[in-house]
Amino acid sequence: MPTTATERPAPPPAERRPGPARVPGRSPTRTIRGREGLWGWFFVSPMVLGLGLFLALPILMAAWVSLLDWDGQSNPFTPDADFVGLDNYRSLLAEDGLARTLLATSLRNNAYYVLLTVPLQTALSLTLAIIVNQRMLRGRSMLRTTFYFPSVTSSIAVCTVFLFLFQGSGAVNQLLGWIGVKGPNWFQDSRGVLWVLLDAMGITDGVPGGFLADHRMMGLPFSEWLAGPSVAMCTLILLAVWTTSGTFMLIFLAALQNIPRELEEAAALDGASRRHVLRHVLLPALRPVMFLVTTLGLIATWQVFDQVYVLGQGDPANTTLTPAYLSYSYGFDNAEFGQGAAISFILLAIVLLMTGVQRFLLRERGGRGLSGRGLSGQGPLRQRLAAGAARGAVPAAAKSGPGGKPEHGEGKEAPRAHD
Amino acid sequence: MRTTDKPAATDERPVLARFPRPARLAGYALLLGFALLYALPFLVQLSTSFKSDPEAASHPLSLLPAAPTAAVFEQLTGSGGGGEGVPFMRWLGNSTLVTVVVTLGRVAFDSAAGYALARLRFRGRALLVAFVVAVMAVPPVVLLIPKFLVLNTLGIFDTYTGMIVPLLFDAAGIFIMKQFFESVPREVEEAARIDGAGVGRTFWYVVLPMSRPALITVTLLSFQGSWNEFTHFLVATQSSDYETLTTGLARFVSGGLGAGTQYPLKLGAALLSTIPVAVLFFCFQRYFIRGANAGAVKE
Repeated sequence: MPTTATERPAPPPAERRPGPARVPGRSPTRTIRGREGLWGWFFVSPMVLGLGLFLALPILMAAWVSLLDWDGQSNPFTPDADFVGLDNYRSLLAEDGLARTLLATSLRNNAYYVLLTVPLQTALSLTLAIIVNQRMLRGRSMLRTTFYFPSVTSSIAVCTVFLFLFQGSGAVNQLLGWIGVKGPNWFQDSRGVLWVLLDAMGITDGVPGGFLADHRMMGLPFSEWLAGPSVAMCTLILLAVWTTSGTFMLIFLAALQNIPRELEEAAALDGASRRHVLRHVLLPALRPVMFLVTTLGLIATWQVFDQVYVLGQGDPANTTLTPAYLSYSYGFDNAEFGQGAAISFILLAIVLLMTGVQRFLLRERGGRGLSGRGLSGQGPLRQRLAAGAARGAVPAAAKSGPGGKPEHGEGKEAPRAHD
Repeated sequence: MRTTDKPAATDERPVLARFPRPARLAGYALLLGFALLYALPFLVQLSTSFKSDPEAASHPLSLLPAAPTAAVFEQLTGSGGGGEGVPFMRWLGNSTLVTVVVTLGRVAFDSAAGYALARLRFRGRALLVAFVVAVMAVPPVVLLIPKFLVLNTLGIFDTYTGMIVPLLFDAAGIFIMKQFFESVPREVEEAARIDGAGVGRTFWYVVLPMSRPALITVTLLSFQGSWNEFTHFLVATQSSDYETLTTGLARFVSGGLGAGTQYPLKLGAALLSTIPVAVLFFCFQRYFIRGANAGAVKE
């Protein structure tokens, strides 16, 4: 939103200066502005160079390499590079073969990972935020620290701990043993949880054969598409939920603290029960943040890499393979960088699609959901969240204009609002 | 029950806190469970690093080692003859070097670029702001192979330069600084300008000293980010000379050493590598928390 304001041409200088500082002529201003331009470019040039060289340029180069058969050795930007056109994409998406089966497997795995992780982490972090938001609770800040700490530590270190906890004879299985459950051999178990569950209930006998096994989509039997995440993948899901819930809790917490207390009180005066307040006051007010959190979750979960690298490298039976890891492994293990780059573009397309869908939903509901219910200062909560973050940094910026009108960028003069 | 004669709304507590006693006790029990869920893995890690291999394998859950030993830490720090395959001090040195340089660089570049984008008027600024926002939206994992390509082309693959330079530029930090500078009252700068200070002087002597909270946030986030960085080092380096705590540990841990072996050593290494960030986190929590929320408003 601030970007829309900055895109507007700067207002004439005379208008921007309140009161006595106003100078009738334009020449002094112009010299200051002139030097500002130089300074501006001086200040941003390292960033422009760096971001361009290490973020924008690589994408273009990778787009080119995804059209090559490149082994990582020769120079891919000479005429004798082995140009194969869309072959890399074709073998991944259209032709029967190992490449397509692997990609389909990784997409299946990651889809289950997303499907379970995102709702779980959102629900858990919201629960934690509501708990930590209780004013009466003793030791709230200690709790907040406890919940947030896993998000701050290195993913590799945390994976190491999980490797230890979830070993076959490890701590988790010992805990399960106390309540009479025999835990699986987590990191080695490639069975899909759906078949495990149905098997346990006596509905199926192991992995079903027949129709489900015979028919394939993208080279993968239906039974595998339907199997659910493998037991091994479940540890990755637990890990993700555990490490990310702290961060999302903080986002929810900031939003909760921005909900006017009067709302809760008014509801209580009207005789609403706690559950009603939660359902009809807090949750609707949190909806935009909910969408924000799910968007961030969706984007992050489609990119899971570190955990895959440490916990299984795709094993067992490729059930922890994800597109991100597949892309890496094509490039760096098999020296097929063209194929790897093609996978990363397919992944990019997925992430962009997810973001796009979420954006669309966010826009639809964000407006209607809140203003329709007549919440005061409905200027999207997201915006107030932004204001909150800025306020954390500078107290002076706290009160900028009544109700936070949508279009207040930097052009707004604070003194005018106060007088 | 006595409170019923007063309207509930004047109660100072938020609605969800007004639980009857048994419910509240149950709530506290649940809370304790939650807290344990988040703390226990670290406690297990701590205690296991003081156990011997057989004890770690047979009693993975006991929080007090039966025969505590610091052998793991002696091995890691080299005082006990160096761990085979675990040149921990080398990893530590690499991580420290990279983190310090990257943090210093990021603070400098982020604050300069953030200030220019927030306050200075120059041609192309709006476009640059859009560029920064767009860059933040690029999924980092998509850049694994592309980054290798660039480093290879520039001839800095498998060097400290290749490890450090690409990390110096961080759109999120620029964005945080920009948001901060936009909230600084303009009058202060105007006054400095009228007194004859140029842009550079105003920035250095007036704006930066006012920006301590934002600078601390960016410093801590940069430190944490580069200390915990994994994927970039994984694709930017090849030889073991350049292994950091994360890549070294990852290779050590994910190797086919078989289950149940050397876990005290692995967990001890992970523990030591967590300590710097943990200490910073416990000292400067609110800045980390601010960072978490700043990350949430990438718009």
